[in-house]
Amino acid sequence: MSELAAPMSELAATRPAVRVSGLTKLFGAFTAVDDVSFDVGTGEIFGFLGPNGAGKTTTIKMLTGLLHPTSGTAEIAGLSILHDLETLKCRIGYMSQLFSLYADLTVEENIDLFAGLYGVRGDRLEERKAWILEMAGIGEQARRLTADLPLGFKQRLALGCAVIHGPPILFLDEPTSGVDPVARRGFWDLIYDLSEAGTTVFVSTHYMEEAEYCHRLALMNRGRLIALDSPATLRGSMADPLLELRTDDTPRAVELVKGLSGVLEASMYGRALHVLVEDERAATPVISEALDNAGLTLRSLRRIEPALEDVFVARVREAGGVE
Amino acid sequence: MSRRRLLAIARKEVIQLGRDPRSLILAFLLPLLLVLVFGYAITLDVRDIRLAVLDLDVTSESRKLVDAFEESGYFSVHRRLERHGDAERMLVGGEVSAVLVIPRDFAADVAARRGAPVQLLLDGSDANTATIALGYADAIVSRFAADLLPVRDVSLAVEAETRIWYNQTLESRNMIVPGLIAVLMSIIAAMLTSLTIAREWERGTMEQLVATPVHRLEVVFGKLLPYVGIGLVDVVLASAVGVLMFGVPLRGSAALLLAASVLFLLGAQGLGIFLSAALRSQVLATQAAIMVTYLPALLLSGFIFAIANMPAALQVVSYAVPARYFITVTRGIFLKGVGLEALLGSLIGLAIYSVIGLALASRAFRKEIA
Repeated sequence: MSELAAPMSELAATRPAVRVSGLTKLFGAFTAVDDVSFDVGTGEIFGFLGPNGAGKTTTIKMLTGLLHPTSGTAEIAGLSILHDLETLKCRIGYMSQLFSLYADLTVEENIDLFAGLYGVRGDRLEERKAWILEMAGIGEQARRLTADLPLGFKQRLALGCAVIHGPPILFLDEPTSGVDPVARRGFWDLIYDLSEAGTTVFVSTHYMEEAEYCHRLALMNRGRLIALDSPATLRGSMADPLLELRTDDTPRAVELVKGLSGVLEASMYGRALHVLVEDERAATPVISEALDNAGLTLRSLRRIEPALEDVFVARVREAGGVE
Repeated sequence: MSRRRLLAIARKEVIQLGRDPRSLILAFLLPLLLVLVFGYAITLDVRDIRLAVLDLDVTSESRKLVDAFEESGYFSVHRRLERHGDAERMLVGGEVSAVLVIPRDFAADVAARRGAPVQLLLDGSDANTATIALGYADAIVSRFAADLLPVRDVSLAVEAETRIWYNQTLESRNMIVPGLIAVLMSIIAAMLTSLTIAREWERGTMEQLVATPVHRLEVVFGKLLPYVGIGLVDVVLASAVGVLMFGVPLRGSAALLLAASVLFLLGAQGLGIFLSAALRSQVLATQAAIMVTYLPALLLSGFIFAIANMPAALQVVSYAVPARYFITVTRGIFLKGVGLEALLGSLIGLAIYSVIGLALASRAFRKEIA
């Protein structure tokens, strides 16, 4: 696939922070991650995008030493995930998908625990603690039980604990799932701050708007890497024209349009319908006629620029669809 | 291993325990409660056996015999019967445990020195009580017969003078309480730690923990440390209840008792951590912990049933029951006041147990998800 051979960003080219080669994980007969290779540049925000079960979390768990790969390997900050695991764990930060700090400890006790485990102490601990409390906006709540914090603050605290030792590489597995859009935006501001300070951020998500924030994106489906590039390049890579269709009964229209000749893919996109066609001129009359025959009113049908989600849907289809 | 990381884990465990009333009750109240309940409820002494009397003779002689039973303190006359049929009904209904039948010619037979027979019917469904009651009845009747002799000119050639050491009054409570401490600790110790690792898996906190550079031995020992402390407090509490409330003597070294307790706790709690790490479910791990510790400790440790009286196969099995060694130690220290040399074998047994428990715990705990 040409995308995989696309030139890396300049950052990636200088010194890769993460170098993954042939990483594979089998669970019995099920291949969760299938021969995945890529590099992540130092200081990059590297997004990992894909439907549930695509193998994102499994890949991150292998890179953070929580799972042993079946085959293949990876180097992180020059350290092998197979041989230098314990040293490696001191150089990376990891925040898991589900909130996994101790709910029955106070904010400060959680910070102290992870400081103890990462060997942060003395003046540095005080400095880092002050930074985390300020960054997470929970300075007033240092003595509150973590369970009593709103989810958005919990996530920020979890991020703080994950980077308490100032790791050069940070892995975030769907860090903002379940958080409201405002808190999500705020969380991404923190990610940008970390990235600007030189931290490489490896983040998985299934929110398209978050994917746009990343420097580069890796698309995963069924355990395979199906595309890897910057969001802009990925959007520009869609060769087939994309039409936006508005009608009075979108759910019916989806079923109707899907089977038409010249239509590659039709999917709901809010109240509208996005239709990927082989040829704009040929498809337009076919679609209007079909809607007309079914008694649906065509409000508008026009060509639009693809969004990341369209690229994603198209790439997944090309790669053989979701399971 | 880093001492700081180990202590960070231990500190966290202590804070969490302090905020969890359920664990605190399990850790401190349950053992205290069990010691009190068992201490009061389990007594193997047989007193006030309920006796029915069927006196067909009704003479001053027969009344004297009944009085002798009553005065002994071992029997209390519960009913006086009229007919033979009543005797069986009383025993079957469980209203009495024994029936004393005095035949019609009792006084006449006594007067004629014909070896007057009396009958004692016992409820053998409780074999233990029946055997003991039989012994008491024999003694009472022999004494009664001896008192009837006009002149005590019969001197025996050989006379056994018995004296029971270590527990002169044969108080079963003295036997039970030190053993109970061992049995209690068997249950509590493994049960407490069986929750710890599984809880972290269930709550998802383990994932964050294993992503840190913490070594698995630091997790295992960091978690063990507070629980060994709790276990020792429990031993002290249970011993205090035994000594202060039940008057059980503590004749040996308290320091040796604590040292042996540490060995036992490391083994049992290591086992609990092993089950917790292997099963990753609090419910399963707790049940497994109770299964593997409580039943053997209760049945095969010599707590209730003497090991020497078990079938040979079970005697062999009992060597694998750590409570067996711990009971030997607690009874030895409490009742006999023996020291290191006398208990060396059992202490070695406990040391082996602790090594096995710790080895299992640290091997089962994997820093890998799924």
